[in-house]
Amino acid sequence: MDLVVIEDLCTHFPVRVSTGRRAILHAVDKVSFVIRRNEILALVGESGCGKSTLGRTILQLQKPTAGRVLFDGQDLTALPPGQMRSLRRRMQIVFQNPHGSLDPRVAIGQAIRDPLDIHAIGTSDERQSRVEELLVLVGLHPDHAHRFPHQISGGQAQRVAIARALALHPDFIIADEPVSSLDVSIQAQILNLMADLRISLALTYLFIAHNLAVVEHFSTRVAVMYLGRIVELAPSREIYARPLHPYTQALLASAPVADPDAPLRPPALAGDIPSPVDPPSGCRFASRCPMAMDVCRQVDPLLTEVEPEHWVACHLYPMLQQSSNLNHARTASPL
Amino acid sequence: MHEPLLLQVEDLRVEFPTPKGSVRAADGVSFRVWPGEILGLVGESGCGKSVTTLALLRLVRLPGRISSGRILFKGSDVLMLPEREMRLLRGGEMAMIFQNPMTALDPVFTVGDQIAEVFQAHPNLRTGDVRTAAAAILERVRIPNAKAQVNAYPHQFSGGMAQRVMIGMGVAGRPSLLIADEPTTALDVSVQAQILDLLRAIRTELHTAIIFITHDLAITAQLCDRIVVMYAGQVVESSSTRDLFRAPRHPYTRGLLDSMPRLGQKRVRLEQIPGQPPDLGALPMGCRFAPRCPRAEARCRAEEPILAPSGDAREVRCHFPLEAP
Repeated sequence: MDLVVIEDLCTHFPVRVSTGRRAILHAVDKVSFVIRRNEILALVGESGCGKSTLGRTILQLQKPTAGRVLFDGQDLTALPPGQMRSLRRRMQIVFQNPHGSLDPRVAIGQAIRDPLDIHAIGTSDERQSRVEELLVLVGLHPDHAHRFPHQISGGQAQRVAIARALALHPDFIIADEPVSSLDVSIQAQILNLMADLRISLALTYLFIAHNLAVVEHFSTRVAVMYLGRIVELAPSREIYARPLHPYTQALLASAPVADPDAPLRPPALAGDIPSPVDPPSGCRFASRCPMAMDVCRQVDPLLTEVEPEHWVACHLYPMLQQSSNLNHARTASPL
Repeated sequence: MHEPLLLQVEDLRVEFPTPKGSVRAADGVSFRVWPGEILGLVGESGCGKSVTTLALLRLVRLPGRISSGRILFKGSDVLMLPEREMRLLRGGEMAMIFQNPMTALDPVFTVGDQIAEVFQAHPNLRTGDVRTAAAAILERVRIPNAKAQVNAYPHQFSGGMAQRVMIGMGVAGRPSLLIADEPTTALDVSVQAQILDLLRAIRTELHTAIIFITHDLAITAQLCDRIVVMYAGQVVESSSTRDLFRAPRHPYTRGLLDSMPRLGQKRVRLEQIPGQPPDLGALPMGCRFAPRCPRAEARCRAEEPILAPSGDAREVRCHFPLEAP
């Protein structure tokens, strides 16, 4: 039932800091989690936290520095290029800016047909009818095939990007901020379309996003990322009802409340996300955490299952576990 | 609301020539701003909200032009002012900040140098030497270690800090009106919360009225006193924030509220507004929202509604406005 298993994945980039010194940017650092078949796992975090790099590394669009990615049991990091290419049909990605991901000189129909041509699927007529079928599937008209990207709106372009991603019958789709550049009324259309497609085509999504309200609405589980690490992972309902990590709590408290009568809260976090170049030892959130203890600045907390299905990387919780004696909690922490 | 109006925009039209003829990006826009209030100007891309506010400062770029209307600011018509006076007004009594602070700041000058430019344009604002005055501005927008940061370059600032600098430069002249065009759209939620908090504080400390332009209704709920909703170049509804969220009158406002996912209210499906906003060069007959409106009737497709008073200090452009629940 696990479609994708991510084990100790690291993506590091060599960089030069302003003084000319060489340093390592830890974009993704020792990340482990699973993506279950047919779920919508949301990956949430602020800019620079590594969520897009993680998505690209899972698909091997970016080579990992260390770690493994098992897709349906096969280790993508060790696969020969030929096998990787044929496995790619089953995993696709949809990006934030739909117009940026379409070639302005290529008609919509050809853009959707490209993957069929590249993988030599069916006869020319079969490809043509598949393109029409895909256009209808994403709520466009077959006549849209003859239009060019500048002749369609942002929402329609995102539908085209989704159609192209679906052309090869994938089972896994990474959607990297697919509605962030769209207007609200169009956002709802695309989210509803993606929800319908998941059911009708039995898709699994990794949904990368920063809008917490969109994520709550759309996802089944949520992983929260901070400075290259997953700090909390839980079912959507659970994490919104009872966020455990102080960073998740702060993120939720920072989201605008669409209610003029709700009490006004002071900003939950001061300062900005620190640089992922040479991140601090210990917990990476310690420098901004209102609950930070001495141990947080020294020991790196591991992602631990503190309650069934609820994982958190925070020193507060193994202690909670001891004090309240949660006997059903399984822990992998060496502390 | 006993104070006299700060700003009154009447029937403002901004036109852009296109190969297919003239397009009205703002078409008969009217709204008012009282001193010290925060007004949300809300709408989707292309609705005319940005061009309307650029027109307030007479910054509409050629070949666009303001073809008609009146902009009364503190009693005088902005459109009649000579350019010399207009230049004193901009960054003085009326200031503007933009979405992306990093492109608004020049990377090769220190933040202090760029703040100093405000004093060059408005020498009367400076008290003491330029460095001290610049540091005071950074302090006002809560930039830690302000005296040293005057010498920093923009790349040494995060997006949130850079937006604080822009706000600082904007309010250096203690303007009566600050126009903020999507100032938090490029920022993360935790930083967005800090900037919204700063804008509230600026309003309280300086009694500056703020026009806050956004596509995100969720932000306006806890920031704005009143909201003006625009669609396809026109104002379709204006109301107090509370009334607008409680009982929207225009079906488009209702659609925007319903299509917005909200924290704590997980729904199986989001309501969606079908279709997309019209092409301003090929507007439908009658009401511009009629093709997407669930309540549209024959009259809506034939006759364009006017922006009419609708109850307590509200206005709505609709033949069949929604009733209070």
